[in-house]
Amino acid sequence: MNEPLVLGIETSCDETGVGIVRGHTLLADAIASSVEEHARFGGVVPEVASRAHLEAMVPTIERACETAGVKPRDVDAISVTSGPGLAGALLVGVAAAKALAVGLDKPIYGVNHLASHVAVDQLEHGALPEPCLAMLVSGGHSSLLRVEDITTGVDPLGATIDDAAGEAFDKVARLLGLPFPGGPHIDRAAESGSKVYVDFPRGLTSRRDIERHRFDFSFSGLKTAVARWVEARERSGEPVPVADVAASFQEAVCDVLTRKAVDAAVTHGIDHIMIGGGVAANSRLRVLTEERAAAKGIRVRVPRPGLCTDNGAMVAALGAEMVARGRRPSPLDLPADSSQPVTSVLV
Amino acid sequence: MLLSFDTASPLVTVALAEGTEVLAERVTEMAMKHGEQLAPLIAGVLEDAGAVRQDVSAIAVGVGPGPFTGLRVGLVTARTLGFVLDVPVYGVCSLDILAVQALDVGAVDGPFMVATDARRKEVYWATYDEFALRIDEPAVNRPVDVASDLPVVGEGARLYPDSFPHAVGPVRPSAGWLARVVAEERAELLDPEPLYLRRPDAVASPPKAVS
Ligand SMILES: [Zn+2]
Repeated sequence: MNEPLVLGIETSCDETGVGIVRGHTLLADAIASSVEEHARFGGVVPEVASRAHLEAMVPTIERACETAGVKPRDVDAISVTSGPGLAGALLVGVAAAKALAVGLDKPIYGVNHLASHVAVDQLEHGALPEPCLAMLVSGGHSSLLRVEDITTGVDPLGATIDDAAGEAFDKVARLLGLPFPGGPHIDRAAESGSKVYVDFPRGLTSRRDIERHRFDFSFSGLKTAVARWVEARERSGEPVPVADVAASFQEAVCDVLTRKAVDAAVTHGIDHIMIGGGVAANSRLRVLTEERAAAKGIRVRVPRPGLCTDNGAMVAALGAEMVARGRRPSPLDLPADSSQPVTSVLV
Repeated sequence: MLLSFDTASPLVTVALAEGTEVLAERVTEMAMKHGEQLAPLIAGVLEDAGAVRQDVSAIAVGVGPGPFTGLRVGLVTARTLGFVLDVPVYGVCSLDILAVQALDVGAVDGPFMVATDARRKEVYWATYDEFALRIDEPAVNRPVDVASDLPVVGEGARLYPDSFPHAVGPVRPSAGWLARVVAEERAELLDPEPLYLRRPDAVASPPKAVS
């Protein structure tokens, strides 16, 4: 049998994504974003996002089909993010996917957004090693997952107990007067700064914390520490060394993430680490993970930045894997689940 | 065949019609589950009528006003189906569906009003002439501000009897009547654009819930 041709739809937040893949081959990754409509509100407005998804849906599907050079009727299956995400936003994508399924008489797969962030790497580096340790880091998530078979479930080893890593980047960027989103700007500012200028705290790394939270993260204390340090500097009338603070903060985040990811891989006897989510684009995170992983004989896989942020291709990639492995499609009354747990990869 | 559906009320209603003859109609009583129910109901009416998706030659959808979440489910479904089946999609103001039904079943015989539940203690409403033609643009108001002695069709009249003492006719729109409205062109056929009538609440969620 030929590799399955799958169209995937992603609408969990402010991006309308439609991707088309054939097996592990990316054919199209069309995206429409409403991020600019939200900018003046300082965050994503769910109703604005939902309205934008409705308007962008059919044009984005059309664009994906054109780019891939396929007709909708050619696809073997439809996949869609059923959760987690913003409830009203998810619902638009799920309804569109069902309309495609009914209108084309094709199976539909309602899949997990986070598992899709892992599956997307197959478009870049081929089949995922099994097992594989996935480190998902973004504005909404920081978790370590043990992935045995991405189509049947993932095993959460640890997650943030407060802020997500990407959230910490955004908040610290604001403290330093850097634009939103903070990740890329901190990364750039840090290039010319000193990583050891300030010794910021590493959350949940004390011996006592390790007992209970060995693979969990906490970035809220770090964010507060940076704020206090910057305030103290400003009070004393001295200029804030933005590059040094950015580099020191980034080092604190990456140190904890990589230390725990490598520890988790070693502990579980896993020899591959996959990094996904928007923060995977951070240059220091990649370098430090590779350095520390290599020391333990562990290989690291990171998709290119465009595939790390939210997109439809990742949903199509997971859908294609579901088809390839003969998983049972979702029922036509599948719900959107805004708090779908990471352990539920297919509904 | 015309596939019609309306999701502008708490219910989902779906019909398949040939001209003015409704071949199959399904409705569900599970309120506010549009996203789950619409697609299975569409598959269901096709099956009931012994039809296949290729028999659908046009789609009609209620464009509201109504609760936004359900409304979008109906509209994105209509647009996407229209795209993949390559058939035209007609929008009809959901209040107009109730108006035509009310006149045809004899619930009204002169000027009247249609008012539906807009939640937040408001109603979506419009007024109609004796032929069930809409006189003004639909609007959203507090019942007390648009109180009327006219006969009032729709759920709004049942919810606010102090403002609308003369409740008559159907309570919620049905897809079968939507099909008749389109077949006979009894109301203005619109683009499948949602009639929100309200601006979005500008409350940002905490930073990306998920990313
Ligand atoms: Zn994401």
